[in-house]
Order: sequence, then C-alpha cells, then structure tokens
Amino acid sequence: MSEFTVSKTQILKRYLPAITLALILPAWELICRLFDVPSYILPAPSEIYQAFVEVDFDRWGLHLWATLKVALLGFALSMFISIPLAMLMVNSKYLSKTLYPILVVVQSTPVVAIAPLLITMFGSGEAPRLAITCLITFFPLVVSATTGMMATPPELIDLSRSLRAPRYKEIFAIRLPYALPHIFSGMKVAVTLAIIGAVVAEFVAAEQGLGYFIQFSTSFFKVPQAFAALIFLSVVSLALFKLVHWVQAYFFGWTMAKEKA
Amino acid sequence: MKPFVTLDKVSHYYMTDEGKPVQALKDVSFSIKKNEFVAVVGPSGCGKSTLLKLLSGLMQPTHGSVNIFGTPVTEPRDEIGIVFQQPTLLPWLNVSNNVLFPIKHKRGRVTQQEKEQANSLIKMVGLEDFATRMPGELSGGMQQRVGIARALLLDPDILIMDEPFSALDALTREEMGFDLLRIWNESPKTVLFITHSISEAVLLADKVLIMSPRPGRLSEEIEIDLPRPRSAATVREKAFSEYTDRIRQQIYHPKTADIKAIKDDKKVVNL
Repeated sequence: MSEFTVSKTQILKRYLPAITLALILPAWELICRLFDVPSYILPAPSEIYQAFVEVDFDRWGLHLWATLKVALLGFALSMFISIPLAMLMVNSKYLSKTLYPILVVVQSTPVVAIAPLLITMFGSGEAPRLAITCLITFFPLVVSATTGMMATPPELIDLSRSLRAPRYKEIFAIRLPYALPHIFSGMKVAVTLAIIGAVVAEFVAAEQGLGYFIQFSTSFFKVPQAFAALIFLSVVSLALFKLVHWVQAYFFGWTMAKEKA
Repeated sequence: MKPFVTLDKVSHYYMTDEGKPVQALKDVSFSIKKNEFVAVVGPSGCGKSTLLKLLSGLMQPTHGSVNIFGTPVTEPRDEIGIVFQQPTLLPWLNVSNNVLFPIKHKRGRVTQQEKEQANSLIKMVGLEDFATRMPGELSGGMQQRVGIARALLLDPDILIMDEPFSALDALTREEMGFDLLRIWNESPKTVLFITHSISEAVLLADKVLIMSPRPGRLSEEIEIDLPRPRSAATVREKAFSEYTDRIRQQIYHPKTADIKAIKDDKKVVNL
C-alpha cells in the first residue's frame, strides 16, 4: 500500500511541470476569451500559435541562425579568453589582485547601457554584437574557472611539487581538470547569458535575428508574433543549456558524480 | 647502524598573513633507523604538518638541518612517498591510472614494467578487482588504499604518512592499520607515521615521538618493545596499555610524567 503511494507521488513529481503547463495554457486561453483581452495586451495561446505558423519556416530559420551565430561565437570567444585568463590569475597572485577589481567593475556595468557605445566603437557589423555577448558571458566563466582551480586540494599541489613536476603541468594536469565541475556550472550560466547578449545587441543594432524580430513585430503591433518569437527564444536558450549538460554528462561523467556526493 | 633520517636542532618559523612570524617547530632533533616504523603523536598545532613538509623537501627549515642518507634535504626527492590525510585522488582517473599518476605526471610516459608494478601494488593493497573503477565509486578506506599504492609506486625508501586513517571509521581504521603492517612486512620501508591516535601509534610503531604544541617540540621519545607480528591480541597485552597510559600522561600532564613508571624502557630521552 505504502509502496504504491510512493510510486504515485514519484510519477506526480516527474510529470508535474507538464501538468502545470497543461493547466496554465487553457486557463490563459479562457481568460483571454472570457474577458475579451485585446491581443496587443495579452494574446491568447491560440493566437500565438497562429502567428508562429504564419511566419515562413525559412524566415524563422534566418532569424534563428543570426541569433545563434552571435550567441555561440560570442560564447566560444568568451571561453577562449576567460579560461586562459583564469589560469594566469591562479598562477600569479599579483595578476589576480590587479585584474579582479577591473573584472568586477566591468561586470557591474550594465551591458545594456554600454551596448550603444560598443556599436559606435566597433561599427555596425558582427563585431559589436560579439563584443556584447562576450562581455556578458565573460564574468561567470572567469569566476567559476578561478574558483575551481583554487579549490584544488593543496595536497595534490604538494604531490606535484614533491615530484618536481614543471609548473605548467600542475596547472594543466591537476588544476584545470579539477576545475571542470565548476567550469561546467559557469558554462551553464554563460550559455543562457549568451542568448541574452545576442538579443540585447540585436535590440540596439541589427537587421535580422530573433531579438530584432521581436522588436520589429512589436513596433508593428504584431504582438502575437512577438510572443511567438519570445517563446522560440526561450526554447533555444533551454536547448543550449541542455546541450552543455549533455556534453558534461557524456564526456565528463565524473564531474556529475562529484555533484551528487 | 647509521641513521637513515636525522633532524638536528630544527626550528621553523612561518609568516602569518599579518606578517608576524610564528614558531612552528623548536629545536627538534631525532633520528630514524633504516626500515624503522616511527609514529609521531601530539595535539593539533604541534607542528606535525611542518615536519612533513620539511622532510619531504617542500620547505627548508629556518634553523638546523634535515638529513636523509647523511645529505641535507634541499629539494623533494624520489626516495620519499607521501600518504595524505585525505586520499586526494584525481577523480577523472581510474584506480590504476591514479596509482600510475606520479610517473605520468613526472615523465609523461609509462612503461609496461611500470604498469605491472602498479598492478602488483594494487593487488598488495587488496584492490585487484577495482583497478578500472573510478575513485567516486570507492569507499573512503578503499580510496586511501589507492593513496598508499600511489605513494609506493616510485619504490620510496621512506614513507611519510600524515594521519592517513583519520578520515576513516573506527573499524576500517583498525583493519587498515594491520594491512599497513602486512605491507610494511612485505616490502620493508622507513615509515614516519603522523597520528592523533595514541593506541594506533603504539600498535604500529617501533618508536613513538611525542610532540607538544606552540611551539612544536619533541617532548619524549619512547621505544615500543612489543613483539611482532602485532595483531588484535597485542592490544590486550598489559605492556600495550602501559605504553598508551604513559604516552597519554606525557601529552596531558607533561611535567608530572613519571619516567620510571615503565621498568623495561631504558631509552627514554626527556627533553
């Protein structure tokens, strides 16, 4: 009897998000129809769906690709800069003392506020959009990588030194792999921020991309279309998050074991 | 026999973050013979970790000298293997690769002979069925066995163990102690065993060094004259409890310790 109730709650737990969504959507639809809410204030789910299918598949693809390209390139660029920088900062106390305040200042400056400045600095091409994405994803990556490398047990560093191993090996063979669980946490945060960065950049200056499409739709009062793009955007963001999670689970399974412990 | 390891009037200071010097060790002198099993006991802050770093060559003493084979220790040497308080294995390597890690880390490559050497060490610590497992899948005791095998890989003459069993539960701890004695018997080494447990020290060692804290000093050196091989029966012997009482007395009431309490102990050095 009790076993049955346990499994029942487990099933409930598992499908709870789906059930919630299944309850919210009809309620939303009902409210919109019942109170005759104009679509420019809150479009009903059916209107959003309608707007979604009315837009060409190619057109969605074009905007999706534009946003993804900026988000992923910016994210990659950010990884290329932040991980080596974290290694340098772990290696030198002076460098970390010098750079850390600068990083915090950069991080605490709202990216949305400097986005227009970056456009005037870098021109109207891809460069300012990459710079904005890079700027927004940079901090969580540096911090997670630095924290992870600093969290390496001092005994392992002693072991490395007692073996008279060169210093670069200490960083690459011990500290960097040890930081991987932290780095992956940072990557999960950063990859969703990359989408935000790309959208912010598109809001300021772009002629394609999902962010641009939302702004464009809103300015023509095509609110259901804007909602469709918005939902599409969050699905993409979620997919990227899952992708990082999958890469971690598939190639670095041991980092997950550590999370459990 | 010529002493293997000697410390001669070693004092060590280190700087706190505020820049104040703190004395960690004061005039510590002792010597260890070849293949002798020496235990160091003492409360926290008695400089045990400093002792470990000085012996392994990771630090230089402020005063005095540390000698191994009669030459001063100026840098880490291959003759020393270290087992840490925590197993500190690399979570991304399996048991076998963790044991081989020192060679890989040092030279980048591993020969077939070294692989066989690692396998026999894994067998020696009783983990032959777990060679391909990841550290996360092992219990604390098993992880520490891997740590011991790793320390033995370069076939060191001296094995330094820093409270190696303190993170384990009491039952596993006892079992590991006897296993360590078996390993020490199979491949004799000079062992410096740092511990908080008085009974563990008496059970395992030929000689117990008692340290006192702030600054870390050697307060007494006691030869443990119990027959080997030692077993669970050793604990029940009268001499065993006499030794542990004596050490406890020395740690808690250093001034009142009666040196003549144990008749058959002639080699007491009271500093």
